[in-house]
Amino acid sequence: MGRKEDNIARAQAISKNPEFIRNIGTAAHIDHGKTTLSDNLIAGAGMMSEDLAGKQLMLDFDEQEQARGITINAANASMVHKYNGNEYLINLIDTPGHVDFGGDVTRAMRALDGCIILVCAVEGIMPQTETVIRQALKERVRPVLFINKVDRLINELKVSPEEMQKKFVTIITEVNRRIISQLPEPLNKEWQVKAEDGTVAFGSAFHNWAVNVPSMKRTGINFAKVYEYCKNNDQKTLAKKAPVHEVLLNMVIEHVPNPLEAQKIRIPVIWKGDKESEVGKAMLTCDAKGPVALMVTKIIVDPHAGEVAVGRLFSGTVTRGMELWVSGMPNPQRTQTIALSVGADRIPIDHMEAGNIVAVAGLKDAMAGSTVSSDKNMEAFEKISHYTEPVVTVAIEAKHMKDLPKLVDVLRTVAKADPSIQVEINNETGEHLLSGMGELHLEITTYRIVNDHKVEIKSSPPIVVYRENVKGRSPVFEGKSPNKHNRFFVEVSPLEQSVVDAIKSNEIQVEGKIKDAKELAKKLQDLGMDRDEARGVVTFKDNNVFIDATKGIQYLNETLELCKQGFEEAMNLGPLAQEKVMGLKVKLVDAKLHEDSIHRGPAQVIPAFRSAVYGAMCLGQRILMEPLTKIYINCPEAVMGDALRELQQRRGLIEDIHQEGEATIIAAKAPVAEMFGFASAIRGATQGRALWSTENSGFVPVPSEIQTKVVAEIRTRKGLKPEPYDAAYYSG
Amino acid sequence: MSVRALTTLRNCDEIYAEYYTSKLNDASHKDVEAFIGKKVTVLKRGDVEEKDIIIKAARDRRVAFITAGDPMSATTHLDLRLRAVDEGISTDLINGVSIFTACAAALGLQPYKFGRTVTIPLPEQGFLPSSPYENILENYSRGLHTLILLDIKAEENRYMTAPMAMRWLLDAEKRIGSGLVKDDSLFCAAARVGSPKQALFAGYPDEILTVDLGPPLHCMVMPGRLHFMEARGLVAFANAPREILDERGSGSEPKQ
Ligand SMILES: Nc1nc2c(ncn2[C@@H]2O[C@H](COP(=O)(O)OP(=O)(O)OP(=O)(O)O)[C@@H](O)[C@H]2O)c(=O)[nH]1
Ligand SMILES: [Mg+2]
Repeated sequence: MGRKEDNIARAQAISKNPEFIRNIGTAAHIDHGKTTLSDNLIAGAGMMSEDLAGKQLMLDFDEQEQARGITINAANASMVHKYNGNEYLINLIDTPGHVDFGGDVTRAMRALDGCIILVCAVEGIMPQTETVIRQALKERVRPVLFINKVDRLINELKVSPEEMQKKFVTIITEVNRRIISQLPEPLNKEWQVKAEDGTVAFGSAFHNWAVNVPSMKRTGINFAKVYEYCKNNDQKTLAKKAPVHEVLLNMVIEHVPNPLEAQKIRIPVIWKGDKESEVGKAMLTCDAKGPVALMVTKIIVDPHAGEVAVGRLFSGTVTRGMELWVSGMPNPQRTQTIALSVGADRIPIDHMEAGNIVAVAGLKDAMAGSTVSSDKNMEAFEKISHYTEPVVTVAIEAKHMKDLPKLVDVLRTVAKADPSIQVEINNETGEHLLSGMGELHLEITTYRIVNDHKVEIKSSPPIVVYRENVKGRSPVFEGKSPNKHNRFFVEVSPLEQSVVDAIKSNEIQVEGKIKDAKELAKKLQDLGMDRDEARGVVTFKDNNVFIDATKGIQYLNETLELCKQGFEEAMNLGPLAQEKVMGLKVKLVDAKLHEDSIHRGPAQVIPAFRSAVYGAMCLGQRILMEPLTKIYINCPEAVMGDALRELQQRRGLIEDIHQEGEATIIAAKAPVAEMFGFASAIRGATQGRALWSTENSGFVPVPSEIQTKVVAEIRTRKGLKPEPYDAAYYSG
Repeated sequence: MSVRALTTLRNCDEIYAEYYTSKLNDASHKDVEAFIGKKVTVLKRGDVEEKDIIIKAARDRRVAFITAGDPMSATTHLDLRLRAVDEGISTDLINGVSIFTACAAALGLQPYKFGRTVTIPLPEQGFLPSSPYENILENYSRGLHTLILLDIKAEENRYMTAPMAMRWLLDAEKRIGSGLVKDDSLFCAAARVGSPKQALFAGYPDEILTVDLGPPLHCMVMPGRLHFMEARGLVAFANAPREILDERGSGSEPKQ
């Protein structure tokens, strides 16, 4: 038996014993060294050859990942580590850093109990660092800190030992500030990271060494020695004396809660079912004998095994061939293979116990985010909500007629495997819309459709996703049904920002039927909504709300369902440019209905209500919203002017410029619409000497002086007449 | 068609027609044209309700708009007439035979004993009104008859039949459960009222569910308290069970 096989056998033995399991991830800003670190941890634990670690990038096994040098998919690996005479099973997920793949990080967090936050010692805390800390804390995942690329600090930036210490302190303080503000007491104090207690480590993932206070005591390798070895270009010795896997895996075992402890803290946050129920109790105690409760966090499409669901098993034992229920699906499904993952390899096993991360084939209906259980009636886990929405769309169609049906199948699979991709299938035109987090996200997705799924496609250049809203509260507008016998009086206004935010963070659930109207009304009132409005909420569509503010209108109850449909249609296709409406409050204030139900059926009510909403939006002054992106550029001073020019040509707003050592750091904001092709443009302008990253930053109104032009462009592209209709048109 | 209607039509410059709310009994569009001796343009629902083809034509010409049945009963074209008034176009109305009176007459029921008319809709996504059931109940509890019209989607060639409507009422009873429809509740079903191929039937729900009255249009009546003459009429014209002569001759109270 080789070392790897031997390790797998031991991993399986430990997996039954939650006390000796740790579920961890890496998370950081792009390029801060997550995958390099993960590879070295795996290699150190004997799951791959040590010479290849950090060079082969075992966790970036995808062809596109290797070609581009970035992580695209969260990948997981299980390994065994010996600590204080006991063997521990570490289930690790390496997450991507590029914003376009941020959804994968959000979902991975659900499977984890702890997370190594990496911060590059040179760059310090970056926007994505903040984001991943927030994501981890929201899921009650315990962060520990690894300050990486210390070698660069010493050898490239040539800082003094004192400056190095100062840099470390700044990073630690910044991380702790966020932990204090984003967690409730007493966890926000207990989870502070400190050099003294060994929750912070320092090192170089690339050169394979790390130190923290406990390791310094054990090995005698302190900061002074680190500084010396680096200066003398002898990091090899450092790696021998203080190997990165030793220090970091020890840190994880000491400070990340095991599943027994973690689930007590996490279950109440991620699952709102009855804690006294059988499955509730089983999850709180991580009971392998309880009902199966599996949260799927990722679907991997395997060329041989098909769709494989990877997720966290919170209770019960999954065995091969057992029947499980995927929440929301009418029939149970039979598991085929159960596996442990090591990078691209999945090692088949017979069963897996509560507290682990497991890969299961055969659950055809499962998607990332599905709850899977042996209990048909198990309450589903809280939805995993990602903080940003798709901002870019491409239209694609099959190049060859014969591929039409296959493309539809492929798109369905793509949507299932990557919930951050939105797919709109149009069987009539054969032109489908693919919306994603950014240009790169769509580039990779379309590349895979062609290369992995073998369907040749034509795709349009990327287009920005816009949103519609109104400037202010509208007067009441009257919408008439085609037969003129029914009238709806509607008023619209921007929805309170606090409510929009609560919907975004999933604090208010907007999908499906409203379960507890009273509780919802109370929540909305607490967020600042008027009492009567809060009580009149009929339904949500995305982050738009429909309120019935009428009283005692005969027959309205049997008409409301149709009004709802009209509302949903209007929110899907706004009146300005047929883009989605975002953050609108639609209030029905009065209605006049025909006596006989036949004259107020769908064909009358739906268009009447839709027109009423459109008309009211015209009166409230329609605005077009466009996605904005934050841009951070790190470049030598010599090319700063070129970088700035590149931004200014793109309606960019420079927010900050400062020096850090030799480097100039620029922070700016620009509309996504202007950012296409930025990657090659800035490379050209700065001869490739600028490092840069972006972050989606929500929607803002298009400047009013160009709104008419942009609207006309969108409408023309969609085959509509350039000017939108006015209120008179909708009053029929 | 009355003589007055015919002479009026012959004096018009343009004639439009709609058949989406009703259906001509045993006459085709061609027959109508041949009878009047003029071209008749058929309009779709959207043309009548959402466009002003008729109004535009009427600005400088004499225009007629004809419908099957009566133009102001069931689906009223009141809106069209009001739009014309707004434009200063003078209008004239010639009544036709309406199902409102024809059906009562055919069954031998007294017109003044009818309450609110209801229509039972063809099933559509998100639209399941209770008001037809509730309005019949309200009529019935006051001893009134209810004329039950059945939905027509002529443009999609979908017509509701008496058995379909009976199924709808039984489902509504299950859903709402106010005790309107019972095993021994009497219902009348009528087809193609006013034409030589008229068919009538009166019976209990399970009989209505299987009765075959032939092609559309169908309508129904749920009688309230029957006058003894009305009961005799139903037996004589619609083959109602004879037992209603004693049971209902004096009028039965709704059972709650
Ligand atoms: N000098 C030095 N370079 C490092 C260190 N860690 C990582 N790198 C380099 O930084 C680059 C990015 O490393 P990755 O491990 O791919 O970074 P990542 O965080 O996984 O990147 P994404 O997954 O794309 O966000 C590579 O060129 C690494 O070789 C380090 O400690 N020192
Ligand atoms: Mg990576």
